[in-house]
Amino acid sequence: MIKITGLKKSFGDLQVLKGIDQHIKKGEKVVVIGPSGSGKSTFLRCINLLEVPTEGEILIEGENITDPKTNVNKIREKMGMVFQQFNLFPHLSIMDNITLAPVKVKKMPKEQAEKRAKELLEMVGLGDKADAYPAQLSGGQQQRIAIARALAMDPDIMLFDEPTSALDPEMVGEVLQVMKNLADAGMTMVVVTHEMGFAREVASRVLFMDEGIVMEEGKPDELFSNPKNERTQSFLSKVL
Amino acid sequence: MSILEKLYATFIFEERWRWFVSGLGYTLLISLFAVLLGLVIGILMALMRLSKNKILKAISGVYIDVIRGTPTMVQLLIIYYIIFAPVAIPKWIVGVIAFGINSGAYIAEIVRGGILSINVGQTEAGRSLGLTQAQTMMSIVMPQAMKNILPALANEFIVLIKETAVIGMVSNIDLVGAARKVQSLTYDFAVPLLSIAVIYYVVIKILSLGLGRIEARMRKSDKR
Repeated sequence: MIKITGLKKSFGDLQVLKGIDQHIKKGEKVVVIGPSGSGKSTFLRCINLLEVPTEGEILIEGENITDPKTNVNKIREKMGMVFQQFNLFPHLSIMDNITLAPVKVKKMPKEQAEKRAKELLEMVGLGDKADAYPAQLSGGQQQRIAIARALAMDPDIMLFDEPTSALDPEMVGEVLQVMKNLADAGMTMVVVTHEMGFAREVASRVLFMDEGIVMEEGKPDELFSNPKNERTQSFLSKVL
Repeated sequence: MSILEKLYATFIFEERWRWFVSGLGYTLLISLFAVLLGLVIGILMALMRLSKNKILKAISGVYIDVIRGTPTMVQLLIIYYIIFAPVAIPKWIVGVIAFGINSGAYIAEIVRGGILSINVGQTEAGRSLGLTQAQTMMSIVMPQAMKNILPALANEFIVLIKETAVIGMVSNIDLVGAARKVQSLTYDFAVPLLSIAVIYYVVIKILSLGLGRIEARMRKSDKR
């Protein structure tokens, strides 16, 4: 589903990604962990071209998105992204936040988009918030809305960029629960996070990134209980 | 002549107050339409300035640079005596065009600042949902930017009310023109000039107070 070969990314002189090869299959839940500055967010942002790779190839469902001729917007329709800072649109109601893209991009009739939005709001447990504005909601609620907004485009892949890092501790659980439900429903997910419990429970594969490369990867049981790489061992000893 | 007689000659005799009313009307009319024209030009120029296209960027750069680097009065004279010389066109419209073009350069910078003040995460969220750059700008960034710059735009309108006084170089339809008409009949400078100073001051005071209230209310609604 996602095939990445030789992915490199530099910002000026600073090389953040130094060559990543990954094949993410349909239905896989890949959790990316690693110290800050290891390039994990950049890696995720390259997948939907919020960062343009300096070198390498990314194929999404067989389409080469690094080819300048590819229609980036079409590719992005297939991928939902959830940000650390939620990035809800503060000038729009929750309903409009969710229906904006389906109506503008997919040309979905407004009624149909609203019906779908209500279903999604129920799914994330916020069925009564359709008329509220983002500033009226807590961080955890905003992040759940952001997930619903991404799902409204009916994506094949969901990307999560540290979705719980900006939340108060008591709100982390509600967001992770929504993500867990999504994983159980079979969504292909790539999640950058510091929540090791979530990685252990949900991931089909964990990638440990450091210094711009994937240092170690494996099933969560193996990687967490028996890390082979020295860097992984030292990182896990600090966070677990 | 006593001060009362001077006031009588300025305002009451031959219903001269009508000139001041009509003058103030034209001053406000020109300012309002000029700020609207300036807004259209300003948004266009700001978007060009922020675009990746080097030619568009250069055009708006030169426009803003030239307009801000030359006196408003000179711009008005050029537009009236050179550009619109061959055509008969109402003078207040010439004023709207001249002050609109002038104001556009300042509003462009206001709009540019407004757009840049919106967190880049908003654009990324829009783009990640599949919206094009133009759709993201129109539906997400612009509405927020415009709300943020509304006070600055209202302030630009107030500034224009004072600036439009230079239209007296080509016409006497505005408030200054009313004073000059009276002055040419009564040979009295003090009363008409001090009178329009008071009128300008009162109108601008009322508008600034109103603007202050609207700003306070907007700040409150942001906290909801």
